[in-house]
Amino acid sequence: MSERVLMKGNEAMAEAAIRAGCRHFFGYPITPQTEVAAYMAKKMPKIGGTYLQAESEIAAVNMVLGASAAGVRAMTSSSSPGISLKTEGISYIAGSDLPCLIVNVERGGPGLGGIQPAQSDYWQATRALGHGDFHALVFAPSTVQELVNVVFLAYDLAEKYRMPALLLSDGLLGQMMEPVSFPEPVTQTAEKPWAACGHGNKRPHNIVNSLYLQPEELERTVRERFQRYAQVEREEQRCQEYLCDDADYILTAFGATARISQSAVDTLRSQGIKAGLLRPITLWPFPKDAIRRHAAHAKAFLSVEMNMGQMVDDVRLAVEGKVPVEFFGHTGGIIPRPSEIVEKVKTMAGGDK
Amino acid sequence: MAIVYEKSKMLTDAPLHYCPGCTHGIIHKLVAESLQELDVGGKAVGVAPVGCAVMAYNYFACDMVEAPHGRAPAIATGLKRALPDGVIFTYQGDGDLAAIGTAETVHAATRGENITVIFVNNAIYGMTGGQMAPTTLPGQVTQTTPYGRDVTVSGFPVRVCEMLSTLSGVAYAERVSVDTVPNIRKAKAAIKKAFETQMAKKGFSIVEVLSTCPTNWGLTPLEALEWLRQNMMPYYPLGVYQDRTGNEKGVF
Amino acid sequence: MARTIIDEKVCKGCGLCVSVCPKKILRLAAGRMNDKGYNPAEVTDPASCIGCAMCGIMCPDSAITVEK
Repeated sequence: MSERVLMKGNEAMAEAAIRAGCRHFFGYPITPQTEVAAYMAKKMPKIGGTYLQAESEIAAVNMVLGASAAGVRAMTSSSSPGISLKTEGISYIAGSDLPCLIVNVERGGPGLGGIQPAQSDYWQATRALGHGDFHALVFAPSTVQELVNVVFLAYDLAEKYRMPALLLSDGLLGQMMEPVSFPEPVTQTAEKPWAACGHGNKRPHNIVNSLYLQPEELERTVRERFQRYAQVEREEQRCQEYLCDDADYILTAFGATARISQSAVDTLRSQGIKAGLLRPITLWPFPKDAIRRHAAHAKAFLSVEMNMGQMVDDVRLAVEGKVPVEFFGHTGGIIPRPSEIVEKVKTMAGGDK
Repeated sequence: MAIVYEKSKMLTDAPLHYCPGCTHGIIHKLVAESLQELDVGGKAVGVAPVGCAVMAYNYFACDMVEAPHGRAPAIATGLKRALPDGVIFTYQGDGDLAAIGTAETVHAATRGENITVIFVNNAIYGMTGGQMAPTTLPGQVTQTTPYGRDVTVSGFPVRVCEMLSTLSGVAYAERVSVDTVPNIRKAKAAIKKAFETQMAKKGFSIVEVLSTCPTNWGLTPLEALEWLRQNMMPYYPLGVYQDRTGNEKGVF
Repeated sequence: MARTIIDEKVCKGCGLCVSVCPKKILRLAAGRMNDKGYNPAEVTDPASCIGCAMCGIMCPDSAITVEK
């Protein structure tokens, strides 16, 4: 690990991508991911990498497709409305079994919504990153250090499972300055015998493609992909538990909202209510095993989000109706206050104790 | 006896799915022969479009990537930035290149992206059954212009080479045809020159090839060639629209 | 001495080769079809072939090999 330095979330993430071996960044300006592209524009030319400002989000994600097809670690970043445009390319990337890193520094929606922090793209990230049967790995860090760590992890897992990885950040995390240290730079990445990089007259031609006109072939391909997804769901669920083991009331929250929820847990504990926090680090695969385990002893769950209630769907699916699951949240730009969360849990617990 | 003409080694054994007499097959041969003669098949990566040529990835013996509709120049850009010494080309039809992919085409061109675009203009959407294309001629009957293309409703056809020739990043733009053997020879020379332009890193190169669609034009293969000469050539004159390859650094 | 070899399995009977042959020695076989259901092109007078390869150049399906 490097020395600790104070960095903004967006810049630390960009630096992490470079250290993870990314030399090809394709972007398009949008708030609040601006610093990611600006950092790349400054750094890439100095290290022989590519920073390219595309003509659109659509072009940028397709440039990522091209670079990934050639076998290099490529990346694009955007914010919510821009991710909507990228979903076409993400579907093709998934259908072509290509690894890559896509960052969404979320803002409010729908439409232009707002430019303040939000978490209203949970459904899009986990359910609707494009047409067709597919998943992407989705990471939701909650500190600047974790932003750095998951960039390395995202590339490794994307290459291992040959699928796109999405890093879900938000304007709050992107703008926040915290001390970080970086893992050792990646010098070697996974072998990519499938890459379309020129066969050098040494092997048959490689084809990177998502078209299967024979229904049986399409189904075989999609089923093979879903076997990989099943392995991802078994082996790659990640979450952080805070005081969950004896908790009666378990908060679930990701990203910036988790930080606030943790303060609420401390307050509730100090007032005699056994609260805990379960913070998903991977949104897909969703850490349902951990939630299921705690559903055996908790009295209720509360999902705290900066949206109108999206992840709460997955919490309910994981809890399987064993205990009540409630929701508390605000839309983009209105960050839930710990006191509001505390009040909500107290209401669930039957009023002040 | 020696072989004076045979199928290019840069084409695979896969039988082409194109309709009888469709000139896509001729254009495939010219691209393949050019790659072979320049001895760059081993470092070539092609990008297939959406449209009739979607399965071009099965036909070219070099590495291939299949693109979303219109995005081939963006994918070629990603490939080229990752493989600066590769020979990267797109093979696109008129709907793909001049309608849904106009932005990707124009911006790859204006960046002077060192890629080669093979643009097949047959004035119609073939794969989907013969709808109006951005290059459909005024008055031309298609499935979606059943009374002929009315320019007061659907506007005018796009002249791609003329439009792109105004951009500073374009090193070489030529329009050719494959309706006769002499024109096929010229088309091949143009395609070869376009690849050489890329290999010399002189900027963006495009060869627009006037091509037939006998099936959707409702003509025999021979009638289609004549229709191309009578109708397409006057609106889309053959010739070189931009050539900055004489400069040592091309467009840069 | 020249020879034009047509791969009848591949031929789609489009007739483009017939139209460009300067010696007029190509035709579509009227009485028979290949596996695809097309009347393949055939050489009517092999001895007159001059090996110009125009048929090969014109063939969209790379079905023709020319020797000289």
